[in-house]
Amino acid sequence: MRINCPHCGTRDRREFTWSGADVALNRPAPDAGEAAWDDYVHLRENPAGASRELWYHDPCGTFALVERDTVTHLVGDAVLAEKVAR
Amino acid sequence: MGYSGLRVIWEGLRGQTGWKPMWRDPTPKAEYDVIIIGGGGHGLSTAYYLAKMHGITNVAVLEKGYLGGGNVGRNTTIVRANYFLPGNSEFYSHSLKLWEGLEADLNYNVMHSQRGLINLFHSDGQRDAFVRRGNAMINQGDDAVLLDREGVRKYLPYLDFDNVRFPIYGGLLHPRGGTARHDAVAWGYARGADSRGVDLIQNCEVTGIDIENGVVKGVQTTRGAIRAKKVAMVTAGRSGQVAALAGMRLPVESHVLQAFVTEGLKPVIDHVVSFGMGHFYISQSDKGGLVFGGDIDFYPSYAARGNLPMKEHVMDAAMTLMPMIGKAKVLRSWGGIMDMSPDGSPIIDRTHVDGLFVNYGWNYGGFKAVPASGYAYAHLIATGAPHETAAGFRLDRFRTGQGIIDEEGTGSQHNLH
Repeated sequence: MRINCPHCGTRDRREFTWSGADVALNRPAPDAGEAAWDDYVHLRENPAGASRELWYHDPCGTFALVERDTVTHLVGDAVLAEKVAR
Repeated sequence: MGYSGLRVIWEGLRGQTGWKPMWRDPTPKAEYDVIIIGGGGHGLSTAYYLAKMHGITNVAVLEKGYLGGGNVGRNTTIVRANYFLPGNSEFYSHSLKLWEGLEADLNYNVMHSQRGLINLFHSDGQRDAFVRRGNAMINQGDDAVLLDREGVRKYLPYLDFDNVRFPIYGGLLHPRGGTARHDAVAWGYARGADSRGVDLIQNCEVTGIDIENGVVKGVQTTRGAIRAKKVAMVTAGRSGQVAALAGMRLPVESHVLQAFVTEGLKPVIDHVVSFGMGHFYISQSDKGGLVFGGDIDFYPSYAARGNLPMKEHVMDAAMTLMPMIGKAKVLRSWGGIMDMSPDGSPIIDRTHVDGLFVNYGWNYGGFKAVPASGYAYAHLIATGAPHETAAGFRLDRFRTGQGIIDEEGTGSQHNLH
């Protein structure tokens, strides 16, 4: 599996650390309540197929939001997570 | 008709003409008391114990592929009861006791082999942790023996004891641990359930779960609608998709765990050996292949196959621990879809829908749990109350933070186990 880094281009999967589903970008407010935080920390779509997820590129220290298919391992486009984060 | 040595001889004398298929291939009925979604090890054992322990036989097991074609046929067959935390400890202890009576109970040879499991340690601190674990196992009523370096050498002379990074200080021996023939476990439970009247329905994918006013009414399938008073989901790596049919989001991520087998060799590894520092474990099948595996690949996957970096890591660990393994040729590798829960422990519980139950979160340890999981799930489905050995496996423990069972002590979040 080769993964796209928005800064460095396509690199070997060994350079990356998977860092969770894209739900990580939607951090609730501290007082959003138990349900919102349960949703954020624990509950997952866990999709079989098209997926959006965070990969950390260790050499350049970037979090990338990467499109990847969890059934075929086909990797698509990647954007800087900081451009997407609320 | 039952299986026995006498029967084998008798059938041999009459040309093997008396053997019958082990289960029927029934057409789904319009309605059942209980529908079990998932015909893997856990689903089949649930059906078996529903019939045997609770007399509930108007049951269907719905399997989208073939019986035992999922993780029960893709694991590394290890059976053990060496857990540490309350919640897990009594459950796996119960499971091992069921394993020990399983062949007589099922009248089926599951090739359960209590060859002993040895967990290696490589520092004083790790030894202390294993002493503590061993004491927890003994307190639970199971067995554990602390081996020093020479004690390990007696059992496992082929290890690299003087490895520079991980010298072997000793090991924790769990004499009742071992292996079993994974497919046979599924087949034995299937035969036992079928003979008690359970309908095992293959090539039948559930496409919808019917819920009216918060009460489950049945399921939609590729073979038509089937009504049911109770519906029990037990679909391992696919738990997220099946629960979504009931409008639920589960605390689960599905990851790939790889396993490997070498060509068949003469007996060389007599035990199950686990090398935690390298995330490596190994045993030898009765057919002679060395069966081994490592850690998950650490990204979600439904591909049932993994990538090269983890393969390299596992081979590295194997060579570190037992250099002789470099002579063996790897024959096959494969992957299973693991239902990873945030704290690394399973869930056997009710849901917010009346009559709908959920069983998942076996991470990479589901095989040894097959008997006790089915036993406890059947109890929950039949009586509405959790079985005493599985009372800790609650679905709401993540939301409330109460009763987290974090066996590895790494925290209760995804991607830590």
